[in-house]
Amino acid sequence: MGRQVCLRRMGVNQKGIIKSVKAEGELGRRIRDMGLVPNTEIMVMGRAPLKDPVALRLRDFTLSLRNNEADYIMVELPGD
Amino acid sequence: MTQMLNIALAGNPNAGKTTMFNALTGSRQSVGNYPGVTVEKRVGFVTHNGLKLNVVDLPGTYSLTAYSQEELVARDYLVNERPQVVIDIVDANSLDRNLYLGVQFMELGIPLVLALNMMDEVRRSGKSIDTRKLSQLLDMPVVETVARAGVGKTRLLEEAITYAEERGGAWKPLTISYGPDLDPALLDMAALIERERFLTDSYPARWLALKYLEGDIQIRSIANRTGETGRKLSDIVRKTAKHCRATLDTTPEAIIADYRYGFITSLTKQVVATVTDQRDRIAVSDKIDRVLTHRILGPALMLGVLYGMFLVTFTVGDIPMGWVESFFAWLGGTAAELIPESLLRSMIVDGIIGGVGGVLGFVPLIMIMFLGISFLEDSGYMARMAYMMDRVLRIFGLHGCSVMPFIVSGGIPGGCAVPGVMGTRTLRSPKEKLATLLTLPFMPCGAKVPVFLLLGAAFFEGAAAQVLFWITIGAWITALLVSWVLRNTIIRGEATPFVMELPPYRLPTLKGVCIHTWERAWQYIKKAGTIILAISVLIWAAMTFPTLPQEKTDAIREQREAIQIRLDSVEEPNQALLQAEITRLENRAAEAALKNSFAGRIGTGLESITRWAGFDWRVNVALVGGFAAKEVIVSTLGTVYSMGAVDVEATEGLSKRLQKDPRWNRLRAVSLIIFVMLYAPCFVTVVAMSRESTWKWALFSMVYTTILAFTLSVAVYQIGQMIW
Repeated sequence: MGRQVCLRRMGVNQKGIIKSVKAEGELGRRIRDMGLVPNTEIMVMGRAPLKDPVALRLRDFTLSLRNNEADYIMVELPGD
Repeated sequence: MTQMLNIALAGNPNAGKTTMFNALTGSRQSVGNYPGVTVEKRVGFVTHNGLKLNVVDLPGTYSLTAYSQEELVARDYLVNERPQVVIDIVDANSLDRNLYLGVQFMELGIPLVLALNMMDEVRRSGKSIDTRKLSQLLDMPVVETVARAGVGKTRLLEEAITYAEERGGAWKPLTISYGPDLDPALLDMAALIERERFLTDSYPARWLALKYLEGDIQIRSIANRTGETGRKLSDIVRKTAKHCRATLDTTPEAIIADYRYGFITSLTKQVVATVTDQRDRIAVSDKIDRVLTHRILGPALMLGVLYGMFLVTFTVGDIPMGWVESFFAWLGGTAAELIPESLLRSMIVDGIIGGVGGVLGFVPLIMIMFLGISFLEDSGYMARMAYMMDRVLRIFGLHGCSVMPFIVSGGIPGGCAVPGVMGTRTLRSPKEKLATLLTLPFMPCGAKVPVFLLLGAAFFEGAAAQVLFWITIGAWITALLVSWVLRNTIIRGEATPFVMELPPYRLPTLKGVCIHTWERAWQYIKKAGTIILAISVLIWAAMTFPTLPQEKTDAIREQREAIQIRLDSVEEPNQALLQAEITRLENRAAEAALKNSFAGRIGTGLESITRWAGFDWRVNVALVGGFAAKEVIVSTLGTVYSMGAVDVEATEGLSKRLQKDPRWNRLRAVSLIIFVMLYAPCFVTVVAMSRESTWKWALFSMVYTTILAFTLSVAVYQIGQMIW
């Protein structure tokens, strides 16, 4: 079992698997529509010049979201 | 026999839907809006083997919820118009995410054909997709395409036609299991809906149940109006939601998305195989991103790109703009020669040709600007700009995507608010879009710049460039602050989620960019021919009527004739002097006529209020005229200061005249600069705004900007007088 962190805390090039998405309403819907659901593998591709938003790679495409939106997403890092 | 077949194109944004639409329909397409919303509706016509096809390009969406206008429009179209077949354009590079929308179509049951687009990129990236197997699993035609090159389009069309005939309009909803926690509830709800015949004429019962469980606003509000049925459905939903919260600490909505993606993953696992692990396309794109969104290089390059685009637009755009202007000047001259001197001539030459010509002069500029915008949009760079700017703009209640409209409108001096307003269409967040629309007219557009240069040259000798620089800074600060205020008052509300795809960089297709550009230009031209024509005549009338009373014009004519007689009798050197006297007389007459006109009277009438800001009737008339187009300000100032019509490009004379005028000083100039910078957008902008939002908001923008401009001008003028 790896350790769980909030998506906001992840560094560039770090990989992980989504464990939970707590967002509800419109934000929750948009996040899930884009494929950010539990058990999806993601990798942080980069951050904007002011560290926010963050760019992710998942399901063979790139997605960006704001840090306060990433707060709702918990990710499990691979155990080492 | 000719038959009409309705085909709808659907798919995710950036999946190549519009490219396929262009490939299928060529130039036989028309653009309008869906009733009541600003979402564009594109319809194209194709004839295939004697069969007439009506192809509708639905807005690009990721899902079919009721959260965004685009999704609602797409859904309502499918349900109300019931097209015989829907083609879902799928970016085969990210099949999972693209099928999320596709599966929702399948759950709706509408006849669907899947187009696996960008198959060339898929192959290059070392992946393979078993199309035949996918077709078997989904029980529907699946066609491989490359929309950019037109590959597979004929087959796609043929499959769609055959399938439409085969299905004969019947809807066959797909049933997906949503697990032990939701399935029983869904069955109960579907049975209830079936029994009560609630909306079952339009939607499948299970789909309604699913949407109800997802908390769909549209379906819920209809159900609530039915009373008993709505109550029973709500009861089931409440119980289910409580159960989900208690046992799994989640919502039905989240479970539905999980299972839907689970269904898709189990499907794609069977058909997608990674042959080699090159990941070519996305790797190149990632490398570009490492430079273009780099912490320091990224913003620097962005400024470079914006400035470059701007420079190209206004240097290259100037050439055809000159042609259009000379054409209208020639047209005006010819009309003036053909029609005898009369009010009719004045109306045609000054009102219609002058007004419409002035507006059409912007067409080349708009086309080049949009060529640039389309390129940035289609290449994927626009999304990166939004990505980089979002953190800053969000503070003021705007969105990363607001940056482009601001720049185009004059964020770098010399832009134009009209293409800026049209450019807000790329903003998918309604509140942020409105805030952008309402504040972008503050930017120093190309028509305001001559006013600033005139006043700068007259009262800040040698520092006109610095004046323009500070005006630009001031405009940005005002726009951002006002937007912040608006977003915290009348357009209050949570920021729309940013969650945005960063599509891989692609070279845009020439065809796509050209069609896009021409559409925008054509919309603008149509506007110039209708509403702008009417307003031009109105403004001309306001500045012409009532004409000077008979005895005044007679007196002027007599004076003129007297000079003419002397002119005929004097020697060569004195002729020039008398000629100048005639010009002076004519200019004075023009000034008197303008003062006497309706616009002049408004200007005089407003003097009692506007003197607080330091404006007399002359300035007022110019400002009233400036509502038609800001270029009019300088030329009208010329007329009211008896300089004759002043060319916007050559204002030295007028500048000297103002400098010498004892009524003018630096403070008055600053007050006027502030007012011109901020007051009501020109009417072309207002018309464009009403199309992007509503007439109500467009009118609001005129009123609040003018009040803001006046308040600030008065404050500066009054405080300045105290301390000067």
